[in-house]
Amino acid sequence: MSVDASVISTLIAERFGEAIEDIGVSLGVHAFAVPPDRIVEFCRFLKEHPALRFDFLSDICGVDHYPEAPRYEAVYHLYSLPNKWRIRIKCRLGDPPRVPTVTGVWRTANWHEREAWDMYGIRFEGHPDLRRIYMWEGFEGFPQRKDFPLRGYKDELNPFGAEGPAPNQPDLATKDIPSGGRTTPER
Amino acid sequence: MTEVTELMRPEGEALDTKEVLLNLGPQHPSTHGVLRLVLELDGEYVARVDPHIGYLHRGTEKLAESFTYTQIFPLTDRLDYVCPPSNNLAFALAVEKLLGIEAPIRSQYIRVMMAELARISGHLLITGALPMDLGAMTALLYAMREREMIMDLMEMITGARMHTSFCRVGGVREDLPDGSIAKIREFCDIFPNRIRDYERLIEGNRVFMKRTEGIGVISAEDGIDLGISGPNLRASGVDWDIRRDEPYEVYDRLDFKVITRTEGDCYARWQCRVEEMRESVRIIEQCLDQMPEGPFQIDMPTIAFPMDKDRVHCSMEALIQHFDLSAYGFKVPKGEVYSAIEAPKGELGFYIISDGSEKPFRMKVRAPSFVNLQALFGVSNARYLADMIAVLGSLDPVMAEVDK
Repeated sequence: MSVDASVISTLIAERFGEAIEDIGVSLGVHAFAVPPDRIVEFCRFLKEHPALRFDFLSDICGVDHYPEAPRYEAVYHLYSLPNKWRIRIKCRLGDPPRVPTVTGVWRTANWHEREAWDMYGIRFEGHPDLRRIYMWEGFEGFPQRKDFPLRGYKDELNPFGAEGPAPNQPDLATKDIPSGGRTTPER
Repeated sequence: MTEVTELMRPEGEALDTKEVLLNLGPQHPSTHGVLRLVLELDGEYVARVDPHIGYLHRGTEKLAESFTYTQIFPLTDRLDYVCPPSNNLAFALAVEKLLGIEAPIRSQYIRVMMAELARISGHLLITGALPMDLGAMTALLYAMREREMIMDLMEMITGARMHTSFCRVGGVREDLPDGSIAKIREFCDIFPNRIRDYERLIEGNRVFMKRTEGIGVISAEDGIDLGISGPNLRASGVDWDIRRDEPYEVYDRLDFKVITRTEGDCYARWQCRVEEMRESVRIIEQCLDQMPEGPFQIDMPTIAFPMDKDRVHCSMEALIQHFDLSAYGFKVPKGEVYSAIEAPKGELGFYIISDGSEKPFRMKVRAPSFVNLQALFGVSNARYLADMIAVLGSLDPVMAEVDK
């Protein structure tokens, strides 16, 4: 893995310079930190570069680092079918989290991004169809955020849920997120 | 309705038709669970498809954040409930990577063998269910007969038929019971002939062939773009198998073929699975031949339960170890890992972020069925509503895994 790692980081450093931070190899996967505005350009470069050819998007994962700041993170796992390499791209996002979509690079990103939106409220800008995927339409809040209670909020259907203020519902029509979704309780 | 990909429309259409919106599911036998497809029909042709999922969402990832690592095993069982040992294995491997440990060699063979038995049971279900969706009921009944043999084996080895939870971090729960090896060998002797029976039963069925050959073609480029994996992608001619390309456990010591087809249609996907079952039988036989004697669990009292359960009843130290591990779990060093295995449905990956405590900070499941189901947008030649059923069946989504 050491040879591959140096090849990958050299090529990336040549093209992007300081903009992309090399986090190093951890447990067999090389990781890079990318600012959100360059994620599409970076992914396209990784996919199309003849020596790298990261053509397979394994996964996009939302992470909530509450109460740290920046709070959110989008993590991309890429695989190169010809080279058999794996790579991890980490993208730290502020609150409200917004990041450009990579559906233009891989079509498979569509549902992964919908899932991250549904669970974490990460807005993938330019996504063709950013609807909830697991939760029903009209569900309030983003359930996998760290400040969302495990059993949900109390209502007529959920008597065991936590007491709490009504969540700050994102306006699905305008796709406009209020800052932070539900207001974060003080610790 | 929001934007969904247009499927191929037939040319030279003369009849005057009207667009109809059809709800297929969520309760429909051919959706293999609770999947709702909103189909926009133009006569009998499918103009658009919009899958709605989430009816079985149990929040596995959120739940995992409040469970200790050992407690998560039963959650992974319920992802792809047709083949739980593979899910257990994938999760155990991810945690072991974080801990920097490796299970003893005997337990690695046991796990691989269990995972391959699970692969056969998963593939059996779909090789029988796809013909059933298309009207050939007989195949499923025969497939269930053989699947029952695997269920019996599972019950003998683990005590449970379906939700086995047999893996542990650093090994397996128990050693193989007496007589189980002979039983598995018996299965391996019988099963290849049964596979031949299925092939004769299905390939001689003209209706099945007409409805799957050349239907629902996914090209290799489309398949990679859509992120599908496993037999679905191999049927499109992409020679990729994680067991061979990033060998985990003892797969580098085993000799097996990676089955590929080039056609990429429903029939090729079905064929790939049938062939893979043959290879799985070979792998199981090799496992039984090569399996050494030795411990079935790592010798680390901070991580593994006492191997000899009787000691718990008479030794204070063993009792404390057992209590401590059950009540509090074990700490996993800070870090993050992505570990993928070749599950029966495709690339099953666990991405775990650990903050150094007994519970994962974040656990993401890269569920192969979830991604494979998206291939509904990428198929060509599936113009009729009836073809949609064939495509859906051949993609083999397990809704429990799609919905997590």
